[in-house]
Amino acid sequence: MIIILTIIIFVFLLIGIFFNGLGSVGLLKFPDVYTRMHATTKCTTFGSIFTSMSVIIFAFYFWKASGDSKFLVMALHTTVALICLLITNPTGAHAIARAAHRSGVMPKPAVIDELEEADLK
Amino acid sequence: MIPFLATFFLTFLAYLFIAASSGEILALWSKCEVFTGIIVALIASALASRVLFQKKDYRLLNPVRWALFLYYLIAVFLPALVTANLDVAYRVITGKINPGIVKISPQLESDAAITLLANSITLTPGTLSVDIDGNNNDLYIHWINVTNLNPSVEDICGTFCAWARRIAE
Repeated sequence: MIIILTIIIFVFLLIGIFFNGLGSVGLLKFPDVYTRMHATTKCTTFGSIFTSMSVIIFAFYFWKASGDSKFLVMALHTTVALICLLITNPTGAHAIARAAHRSGVMPKPAVIDELEEADLK
Repeated sequence: MIPFLATFFLTFLAYLFIAASSGEILALWSKCEVFTGIIVALIASALASRVLFQKKDYRLLNPVRWALFLYYLIAVFLPALVTANLDVAYRVITGKINPGIVKISPQLESDAAITLLANSITLTPGTLSVDIDGNNNDLYIHWINVTNLNPSVEDICGTFCAWARRIAE
C-alpha cells in the first residue's frame, strides 16, 4: 500500500513539475504578452493541481495511519489553497491581459484584433 | 435577510473547513472552535452581507445548481483542462502559433454566468479572455490558433456556454 502511494505521489509531483517548468519555458519562448499569458496560466494551474494533489494524498494517508490531526490540517489547508488558485489564476490573467490591451500593448503577431476596432474605453 | 443568512452560513462553513483538527464534535472540532466560528461569521456577515447578492439575484442558492456545477467541473471542465495543457505543451515545444483577438456573443445575462464562462475559457484550449463589453456581455477572446476570422460561440468554447447558462442563469 505504502509503495503504491509513494509511486502515485512521485508521479503526481513529476507531472506537476513538468507542467510548471513548461509554463516557464513558454514565458521565455512566446513572442508577446498575450501568448505568454496562455503558457503561464494554463500550465501553472495544471501543474499546481498535481503538486497539491500529491500533498493532499500524502497528508490523508499519514492522518489515517498516525491519527495525528496536524496531517488533516495540512490536507485541508492545501485544498483551500487549491480552490483559491483555481479561482484567482484565470481572473488574474484576465486582469493582466485587459490592462495590457488598455495601456496600448497590441498583440504583436496577430491575424485579427477585433478589440482594437471596438474601442471600449 | 436572505443575504445575511447566506453570508453567515458560507463564512461559518469556510471557518469550520479551515479550523478542523481535533475535538469532541464529530472528532473534528472543539466546542470552543465552533463558538468562535459563530461569532466570526456573525461579524463577517454583518459587515459584508451587502457585498454578496448586490443585484438581488438568489438563483445561485439553489443546491441543484451546485450539483450541476460539480458535474460540470469533473465531467466537462477537467478533460478540457487536460487537452488545453497538452495543446500549450505542443505549442511551446514546436512554436507554431497564429494568434489574434476575436469577438463572441454568448448572450448571457447574469454576472455569475459570464464570470464562469470567462474563467472556463481562460483555462481551456488555446483561448484567453481579454476584455468584456459591459453593455451586451460580448467577450473578446485572445485565440492562439485562429482558424476562422468570424467564429461562432461553439468554435471557441464548445458546450461551456450552454453549461454556464444551465448553472448560473
